[in-house]
Amino acid sequence: MQREQSLAPLWQPKVRPRLGQHRALNKPLDKGTLFMRLTMAIFLALTVLAFASFDYQGLNIYNAFLGTIANFRVLMLSPQLTHFSLVEAAEGMLITLSLALLTTVIGAILALFFGLLAAQNLSSPLISGLIKGGVAFIRAVPTILWVLIFAIAAGLGSVAAVTGMAFHSVGYLVKAYAEAFEEVDSGVIEALRATGASWWQIVCQAVLPTAQSYLLSWTFVRFEINFVGALAMGAAAGAGGLGFDLFLASAHYFDLREVGFITYLVLAVALVLETITTQIKVRLRVQT
Amino acid sequence: MSADYLIKKRSNTLKVLLGLGFLSLAAAFITQYDPVTGLISGLDAMRWVAANFYPNEQSLTRLPSIMNRLRETVLMSIAATTVAAFSATFFALLGAQTTKVNDALRLMSRSTAAFLRNIPAVAWAMILLFTFGQSSLTGFLALFFSTFGFLSRVFMETFDETTASSIEALTATGASYMQIIFQAVLPASLPQMISWMLYMVETNIRDATLLGILTGTGIGFSFALFYKSMNYHAASLVVIVIVVTILVIEYISNHIRRVIL
Amino acid sequence: MSLLTVKGVSKHYNERIVALSDVSFAIEPGEFVVIIGSSGAGKSTLLRCINRIVEVTSGVVTFDGLDVGSLDKRELRKMRTKVGMIFQHYNLVNRLCVLENVLHGRLGYKSTWAGALGIYSEEEKAQALRVLRLVGLEEQVYQRCDQLSGGQKQRVGIARALLQDPKLLLCDEPISSLDPNASKVIMDYLKKINTELGITCLVNLHQVHIALAYAERIIGVKRGRVVYDGLTEHLTAETIHDIYGSEAGDLLLGSGGNHVG
Repeated sequence: MQREQSLAPLWQPKVRPRLGQHRALNKPLDKGTLFMRLTMAIFLALTVLAFASFDYQGLNIYNAFLGTIANFRVLMLSPQLTHFSLVEAAEGMLITLSLALLTTVIGAILALFFGLLAAQNLSSPLISGLIKGGVAFIRAVPTILWVLIFAIAAGLGSVAAVTGMAFHSVGYLVKAYAEAFEEVDSGVIEALRATGASWWQIVCQAVLPTAQSYLLSWTFVRFEINFVGALAMGAAAGAGGLGFDLFLASAHYFDLREVGFITYLVLAVALVLETITTQIKVRLRVQT
Repeated sequence: MSADYLIKKRSNTLKVLLGLGFLSLAAAFITQYDPVTGLISGLDAMRWVAANFYPNEQSLTRLPSIMNRLRETVLMSIAATTVAAFSATFFALLGAQTTKVNDALRLMSRSTAAFLRNIPAVAWAMILLFTFGQSSLTGFLALFFSTFGFLSRVFMETFDETTASSIEALTATGASYMQIIFQAVLPASLPQMISWMLYMVETNIRDATLLGILTGTGIGFSFALFYKSMNYHAASLVVIVIVVTILVIEYISNHIRRVIL
Repeated sequence: MSLLTVKGVSKHYNERIVALSDVSFAIEPGEFVVIIGSSGAGKSTLLRCINRIVEVTSGVVTFDGLDVGSLDKRELRKMRTKVGMIFQHYNLVNRLCVLENVLHGRLGYKSTWAGALGIYSEEEKAQALRVLRLVGLEEQVYQRCDQLSGGQKQRVGIARALLQDPKLLLCDEPISSLDPNASKVIMDYLKKINTELGITCLVNLHQVHIALAYAERIIGVKRGRVVYDGLTEHLTAETIHDIYGSEAGDLLLGSGGNHVG
């Protein structure tokens, strides 16, 4: 195990190094390392605090874990629909996917426009700053709250769900699109400007073609997120679709097997979507 | 020839856009979403928000209890992220091409991660509610599973991107697997990993709000309570508190990123 | 006895890609040998077959009396400590400081955990500082490697290899990413290491004029085969034309010092 070897002298140094000066790897602690250590220490400390302050509701954790494992086995090994027919489940999935698609399309169209205005190299600092600040605010509010807020005025249903989710999508995509636009080589824009091209010409002929693989890739990533979002809105805001079915199966019928079936369905679609997104990224060779 | 190429390119773009438009129409039909109503009610909603959705003096008395709930949500999100990051590091080391131990373990860790992250947090919550009931652990575990799956994937990518060349160099010096992991892979990847953890904390706070509505915990519970009792002034205060929290965390995260990356 | 013998070594990445076929040569202690050949000729694969970063398809590599192919994991690590390696892209852990990267040269000598945790003896640190002075980097000891110039990074790479106390130094395109001045500095260091420390050097280069200036002996590789092996002064223009293809040969010989990198 220990194969420490004494070091053969490389050559004869004129001056013996002053060993005492280098007792440890005493490199000066740079700011980056310090910040990383601090961040990790804070993460750990807050985690301990979290476990100490959790509301356990007198739960027997050991039994709960055993119970979960047992439930999980039922869930995964004997999935079955009882309260819904297969057609109804498929319909639910179709609604959820449609919600996700609508949200993504509306979000992408709006985000394309605002993203151009938010990109520093295409817009004035004031407008760019205003839009970026605005979307940072929109993004900070959880999607479910947007949906519930819109539901007060529009009533629960697809209108509130799509509007609320599209809101959050715009917030997300404007940031992503603007960053993609800002990546565009300033030399290219300069070259086109030198030819006398107008702003729209530059956007359509240089910026969009250059950024399009990033735009596409981010949009698909968002579609994936919106699929999960649409599911959640169904469960938590009663927006319909498979999420609502999942909520009913779990919280109303207490039917593990049905939850299992719906979980499998969601898992299958999510895996397909993830594969498509990955493929798009590989094909377009972009990193998001 | 080149003119043909340009025409073909343009018509391809057009076809894709038309297809997407058709799909959107179908989706609108299926969900009975009417874009015009959508737009009008969207504007209505904003008008309503401006007129009614703001905190008043009375709602401020709720602030201490809201802050208490907020603390629960933030701590839950951070705890889920930390625990998930630790577990994900092991899985990602086994799953990354550059640091894998063997192909069987690599496949196992990759498929586990894919399985966990593709079951949405909502589904996890619905499953965990059976046994963990309305305790904090339901939300924590639901966040943990989805965070774990996500971080495993991005950690794998980080390891593969940042370290292939230094791994070769250390292998050539005769270093062992553990030495390479601790001396090259982790030091090189740590900033990226921390950056992802910070991102997950932000995401998890938003997701925890949603899970809180379902499981009756944290800030989500506060919002649901005021929302259902139509105390919109207090509900708006909850939204403001969440927004401020997320923006502060985003600001701190960006600052940390600037220093460490 | 030869320090290194390569006998009948072939490497097939798959049926179509043959990197090396039936390569044989021997290196005596203290030699300074340059392998020349165009990009993709198999030079890099050849070096990596010597310390078994790439496994050979057939053939035998013997280093210091050991049959490299038959070594088990631990013996291989031990053997690798005696073979230093230098890379075109330096392959440093960029986030770590110069000293830490140099000390990586000791990992092969240490127990797994001492190495993983980065615990080094006083003697090793002193030696690392000595080596850094040898390559003229005593000012940069605690600087992060991503702040160094290319030439400085390569000197860190050399220092890391020297700290292994190697008998043989494998240099894979050490100057291909460097400007002419830095290239000269690096080649001079390698020459100095060879003559003053008596470490045998095997250097891959694609720049013929530099090979002619520094090598005592040249091995020419073309499409995975050795087409020339002999003293530098016996290398003829025709052979160079053969190794590189005739047109490139003119350019390489005619252009002299302008063609570094």
